[in-house]
Amino acid sequence: MDMTGEYRIGAPRAEVWAALNDPEVLKACIPGCEELEKTSETTFEAKVVQKIGPVKAKFSGAVELVNIEAPASYTIQGEGNGGVAGFAKGAADVALADNGDATTTLSYQVHATVGGKLARLGSRLIDSTAKKLAGKFFDNFHAHLSPDAEVETEDQPQEQPA
Amino acid sequence: MSTGIGARVKRKEDKRFITGKGKYTDDIRMENQAYAAFVRSPHAHAKVTGIDKSAALAMDGVVDVLDGHQLTGDGIGNLICGWMIHSRDGSPMNMGAWSALATEKARYVGDAVAVVIAETQAIARQAAELVMVDYDELPAVAFADKALDAGAPEIHDNAPGNLIYDWVIGEEEATDAALASSAHVVDIDLTNNRLSPNPMEPRAAVATFDEAEDHYTLYTTSQNPHVARLVLSAFYQVAPEHKLRVIAPDVGGGFGSKIYIYPEEITCLWASMKTGRSVKWTADRSEAFMTDAHGRDHISRVRLGFDVNNKVTAMRVDTIANLGAYMSLFSSVTPTYLHATLYSGQYAIPNIFGNVKAVYTNTVPVDAYRGAGRPEACYMIERAMEVAARELDVDPAELRRQNFINEFPYQTPVILQYDAGDFGGNLDKAMAAADVAGFAARKAEAASRGKLRGLGYSCYIEACGIAPSAAVGSLGSGVGLWESAEVRVNPVGTIEVLTGSHSHGQGHETTFCQIVSDRFGVPIENVSIVHGDTDKVQFGMGTYGSRSGAVGMSAIVKAMDKIEAKVKKIAAHQLEAAEDDIVIEGGEVKVAGTDKKLAWHEIGLAAYTAHNLPPDMEPGLKEGAFYDPSNFTFPAGTYIAEVEVDPQTGVTDIIQFTAADDFGTIINPMIVEGQVHGGVAQGIGQALLEQVVYDDDGQLITGSYMDYAMPRADDVPFYTIEHNTTVAPSNPLGIKGCGEAGAIGAPPAVINAITDAIGTDALSMPATPQKVWSALQGAATQQAAE
Repeated sequence: MDMTGEYRIGAPRAEVWAALNDPEVLKACIPGCEELEKTSETTFEAKVVQKIGPVKAKFSGAVELVNIEAPASYTIQGEGNGGVAGFAKGAADVALADNGDATTTLSYQVHATVGGKLARLGSRLIDSTAKKLAGKFFDNFHAHLSPDAEVETEDQPQEQPA
Repeated sequence: MSTGIGARVKRKEDKRFITGKGKYTDDIRMENQAYAAFVRSPHAHAKVTGIDKSAALAMDGVVDVLDGHQLTGDGIGNLICGWMIHSRDGSPMNMGAWSALATEKARYVGDAVAVVIAETQAIARQAAELVMVDYDELPAVAFADKALDAGAPEIHDNAPGNLIYDWVIGEEEATDAALASSAHVVDIDLTNNRLSPNPMEPRAAVATFDEAEDHYTLYTTSQNPHVARLVLSAFYQVAPEHKLRVIAPDVGGGFGSKIYIYPEEITCLWASMKTGRSVKWTADRSEAFMTDAHGRDHISRVRLGFDVNNKVTAMRVDTIANLGAYMSLFSSVTPTYLHATLYSGQYAIPNIFGNVKAVYTNTVPVDAYRGAGRPEACYMIERAMEVAARELDVDPAELRRQNFINEFPYQTPVILQYDAGDFGGNLDKAMAAADVAGFAARKAEAASRGKLRGLGYSCYIEACGIAPSAAVGSLGSGVGLWESAEVRVNPVGTIEVLTGSHSHGQGHETTFCQIVSDRFGVPIENVSIVHGDTDKVQFGMGTYGSRSGAVGMSAIVKAMDKIEAKVKKIAAHQLEAAEDDIVIEGGEVKVAGTDKKLAWHEIGLAAYTAHNLPPDMEPGLKEGAFYDPSNFTFPAGTYIAEVEVDPQTGVTDIIQFTAADDFGTIINPMIVEGQVHGGVAQGIGQALLEQVVYDDDGQLITGSYMDYAMPRADDVPFYTIEHNTTVAPSNPLGIKGCGEAGAIGAPPAVINAITDAIGTDALSMPATPQKVWSALQGAATQQAAE
């Protein structure tokens, strides 16, 4: 599955960058995230509960930040194991552009794959679910950074054929 | 009403099936029964580096958790493919090791790595989720055309480049030369889409080890319980044959997928010995998609040459066949001898050459599925003929007719010798029934409604009644393909027929009784068929390849010949007549031309009381026979599909489907029509709807009926079915077989009709609305450019 999107966030770039590296912020924003623990400067352990179509699972996995170009971009990659439900893994290239008006444009490009029961039963739902989750994450993220502002999205997440 | 050959007798077995009283493997309940649940790889290709069973073992109700190292440690052998194929360089096929429970490596999503045995099915499944397997993921390859790429991940160490064999048939040089000098050559690329067999009853097994007798009993969903016992015994070393009883009770469909012996049955038998419990396993539908052998999955290039008079000069086929992650029991023969031997179709083609490269991929093993290699062959020649007619701008029916084989026996360049047929007669009958003459008017009328109407032919032929044992032995088969039968006349005159064939939907309990009723004049309700139990029936090769009529019934006929001879001897003795004057008619044994007679049951009683038998005659009335066919049989026919395509949506509606089949002698026309209906429905499924999809990583995407489209009632039309019979000369009843014809003949008829409607041949199966619509747009764009 491939997905791209762009969000305009009502906060300066440095602030957005800090939030993107703060496990507490990420935990609050990732839908279904029950635990997110920083295990080193660039790695996290996470537990996330998700339901995709008929498959509900608790994913536990490791997340790593690579290609870090503070405060402009990083790649967040990880892999989660949902036991008998299967697994998911992927990476997102995230870039922050300073708009010069105390707002930041965040753009991302995701490539993810799923396996096991998730693939067998949920494939047709993965794209729409991922889109929904991405939307939710950025809604949360935006609300966290600028609690009073309405979320402004320039571009809804776009699916691309896998 | 007659209950003999040719009568439309209602199926005896249906009463129990439609009242829910069938007894299937999952209905078997043993005392002390435990349940198995398999731990399966979620990865298409991964090293298994560790298995932590502790959490599962700690769960209440878990009896044991067993793995592949324990299984191989106990001497259970690897699964094998039973047909040796040699590559063109003479080397034997590269068969990779397949352990019932993977030890070092998992090679497809669903590959079993461990099994949990527990008190209930629910506990077993929950505990299976607690078995922690450490996988070291490896790159995977899922597609036939990628498997041979340089640098593709290798799946088995002994199959470099994932090549299983590189096999050829026919004369390459002569064929290429004939193509080079042909006036016209059709050159097409075809994909035969991968299918999931989907029998209504999923696979199941109940295994019991009797420690006192050192004996195993296996109830299983098998099309061939004796072959299962042989393979389980001789190759998997589960138990010697005389210590292993295999029972295949009522089985709810197979379509080939229940021929094979799978890891689960082996594991249940072994686990029963390990745990001292009866072990039961029943696949759920998801496991069926994930582990039942798939069918088809060929990628081919077909070249068909014509001379200036439109006579076929030569045919060359180059195919890559995907056999999946392991070589299933008959996987090697399906794309070779069951396939390429039919390249000639119904046509006189002087030069034929075929090359089939079979490859491993990280997918479910692929094996025979209704038609088994023959649908792929039929699709090639019938698509090529249709495309040829369009390119040569001649009528597709006439092009076929012009090239038909009309004289028999006919030796094809690809091993088979056709012994009988009337291809022109089949075509005539189908064209008349389909009102081809009125098609132009119907097309015009459809056009007035904005619909595109098309007509497509398929003149299929198949080789059935497999097969002469010596012939298949010389081609690499590990088994003979004869059949056995035993006919027991009881003292009261009722008759039991024991057969090595197996019925899993074919209606043997009816048709097999009909030939007995026909022969001896006994009421059909006085005859019963016994099958599916290795303790009752001595041996048998089972049911597949449309062989139960041609081979299975022939064995019964041979046994009945012996019964008849003995009955006549007894009657001649008792009635003081010559044996030659005795006739058996209407349930009576008579002296011809006199009123001297004995009732059928009086003969039975005489045989068992033995008070007054001819001197030296043994008491009893029971005879057995083995029948080994002298040739394949060659069912053939013409199918005509008429479709309407909605150009706005790409939706195809099959308006009319006409079948004119030559199945040889027909025992029960109603059952034969049912077989054609079912086969054509599956063929339409392949043509319009069905496709197993894997993603690039080898993940199975079509794992449920949400994503795998089976044909439903509104996807298929009512059928017009005609018969044009020529009897098969090779067997006593003249039967050719009918079980697979529909699945073989239908796909090209449907695709030929759709491509006729939309005016482009750039269309692959399944012809979903999206594909048809896209093909229409592509054709429009091309036309605009021209």
